[in-house]
Amino acid sequence: MIRTPLRPLARVLEARDNGDDPALIEAENKRLRHEAMRDKARLRAEGRLLVLGAMFFCAFMTIGIRMGALASSEPEEPRAAVAGNPIIGQRSDIVDRNGRILATNLETHSLYAHPQDMVDPEFAAAELAHIFPELDEEKLLANFTGDRKFLWIRKQISPEQLQAVHDIGSPGLLFGPREMRLYPNGPIAAHILGGASYGREGVASAEVIGVAGVERFFDAYLRDPANEGAPLELSIDLTVQAASEQVLAGGMSIMNAKGATSVLMNIDTGEIISMVSLPDFDPNNRPPVLTTGDQSDSPLFNRAVQGVYELGSVFKIFTIAQAMDLNLVNPETLIDTTGPLTWGRFKIRDFRNYGPELTTTDIIVKSSNVGTARIANMIGADRQREFLNSLGFLEPTTVEMVEAPTGKPLLPRNWSEISTMTISYGHGLSSSPLHLAAGYASLLNGGTRVQPTLLRQDTVQTGDRVVREAVSTRSRDMLRQVVERGTASFGEVAGYKVGGKTGTADKPRERGGGYYDDKVIATFASVFPADDPQYVLIVTLDEPVESSGDEPRRTAGWTAVPVAAEMIRRVAPLLGMRPEVETLEPIGVTLTSN
Amino acid sequence: MRGVLYVFAALAVIGLGFWAYQENYKTQQAIKDTRLLHAKIGAAHERINILRAEWAYLNRPDRLRDLAELNFDRLGLLPLMPDAFGDVKDIIEPLPEILPITNPIDVNSIGPSNDEDPL
Repeated sequence: MIRTPLRPLARVLEARDNGDDPALIEAENKRLRHEAMRDKARLRAEGRLLVLGAMFFCAFMTIGIRMGALASSEPEEPRAAVAGNPIIGQRSDIVDRNGRILATNLETHSLYAHPQDMVDPEFAAAELAHIFPELDEEKLLANFTGDRKFLWIRKQISPEQLQAVHDIGSPGLLFGPREMRLYPNGPIAAHILGGASYGREGVASAEVIGVAGVERFFDAYLRDPANEGAPLELSIDLTVQAASEQVLAGGMSIMNAKGATSVLMNIDTGEIISMVSLPDFDPNNRPPVLTTGDQSDSPLFNRAVQGVYELGSVFKIFTIAQAMDLNLVNPETLIDTTGPLTWGRFKIRDFRNYGPELTTTDIIVKSSNVGTARIANMIGADRQREFLNSLGFLEPTTVEMVEAPTGKPLLPRNWSEISTMTISYGHGLSSSPLHLAAGYASLLNGGTRVQPTLLRQDTVQTGDRVVREAVSTRSRDMLRQVVERGTASFGEVAGYKVGGKTGTADKPRERGGGYYDDKVIATFASVFPADDPQYVLIVTLDEPVESSGDEPRRTAGWTAVPVAAEMIRRVAPLLGMRPEVETLEPIGVTLTSN
Repeated sequence: MRGVLYVFAALAVIGLGFWAYQENYKTQQAIKDTRLLHAKIGAAHERINILRAEWAYLNRPDRLRDLAELNFDRLGLLPLMPDAFGDVKDIIEPLPEILPITNPIDVNSIGPSNDEDPL
């Protein structure tokens, strides 16, 4: 580039010749140069401004167009970067402890109508009434020809019905997908599962919600898509549950009982292996809730969890165990059993007179109310209350069902001395069979508290200590003797060393005023095997009568015990327990260790 | 030198543009495939679910019990009772001796043998 000189020699010489000031030439040239520089800089700045403006314009246009597009378009799920599994969005299954299905989902269809699209409403109404006999043809026709633009016809239909409706060929009859909760085993474990129904409903889908039992308790878990369809594993064993229900139903009809319940619980983990309440229902088709009368007569009523009863003599072992734990008695201590024991205006009697005194063991074996009441007197109200609280008898159970809080034990308003004495043999305090199962498990597993649970557990519960281990062993020993030579002699099952305690409690009258003479709750609380306890089984029959003899027999020893024994005979092999039969000749191989 | 750089830069821009274009379409294709696969997996899940439900329904304890009773003549199935457990000493041991073979038959996999000793 050739620079224009500020003082060109030719012009300077010329100016000198003419007598002009050469500095003017320099000034002139400087001015020209500055002007050129200024023009160039302005041009550049203007260009930059233009580019900047264009950039801003483009940026704002992009944002504006994007915003407009987002606002005016249908929302769409981002499929490229979705976390987790987008497919399994339905309600989780419920399975038993071995993975067998207790509740699952089935794709069905719902049927709805758009009457304005119908060509021949009369024909459609007639055909629909033909396919679904419970529909009223005239009502349908009135709906189809009225002002309605939309109506549900059926909430769920089977594939055969779908095809039949499809064959009607009416453009106004439409189907929507519908998920249905299915309980493939029918009434088995009905009370535990509860049932499901529809929540908010739309044409394209409907919300399945649990209405009772674990379905309701774990509703949020079952609906949580984050589980990716992982099933809810219960502690129930389907085979054992089915066998228990069969045995209990048979026992209930033989003993002419109006209701029955059983709870089988693992003594260390607190897992409920089977829990039956009869009469039961089919959760696929839940009966309506009773609007009049006693709710406990409804098949929906779960006797094992919701039913609180005075369970009778099965409580005696708690009194004796506490007395042994406090070192007040030992199994051989002799206790005065002369009756009747009079306390104020109350008289405590035994079923028959057992003589002037019995050992503590024999009080349990023969089930003496008088002896137990005397021992309870030694313990006192406060300590008894505290002990029963530590076994969970003063609060509702914590089992994972919505019904659990309704099974709240009924306690005496004033825990007086007479209450202490009656509670010691199971009267004056009402609790559910599940409470009793948890209480027996806590007492007999070595003496640590067990909370009942319906979820499969892999570890043994380590609860608070309730009684010393030695007391637990002695209690088991006493219960074993009840079966060997006491009131529960029908409870012997060869090879399983059953131990247990019977309880026969008169039913209180509904309107107050004492007890019925001919209505009892018969309970057998058992543990097996007694020398290495693994399971606790509670069987309770409501108003049983055994009428094979000359006069009707209602005591638990004649009613609940044979049913429980049959149940153990059926269920123990299913639990993989081998009967220990004493062999006459020793087996050839003897295992030894140093 | 500078010119070469410009040319390379321009070529790089063209190349990257082409690559981005291709990647864009590949991604869209992959998303489309995924959607299709998801639909297929969903349908398969549904089928499996129905089969599982049907399996559970057919294996419900009530039905199995009825079937066992109906076919008692042929199968002789009874509920599992405590006497079903055997004992180790009930197993016959040692196994009874095999009777001497009186009519041996030559069997091999390469056809009938000839009389020559293979060794």
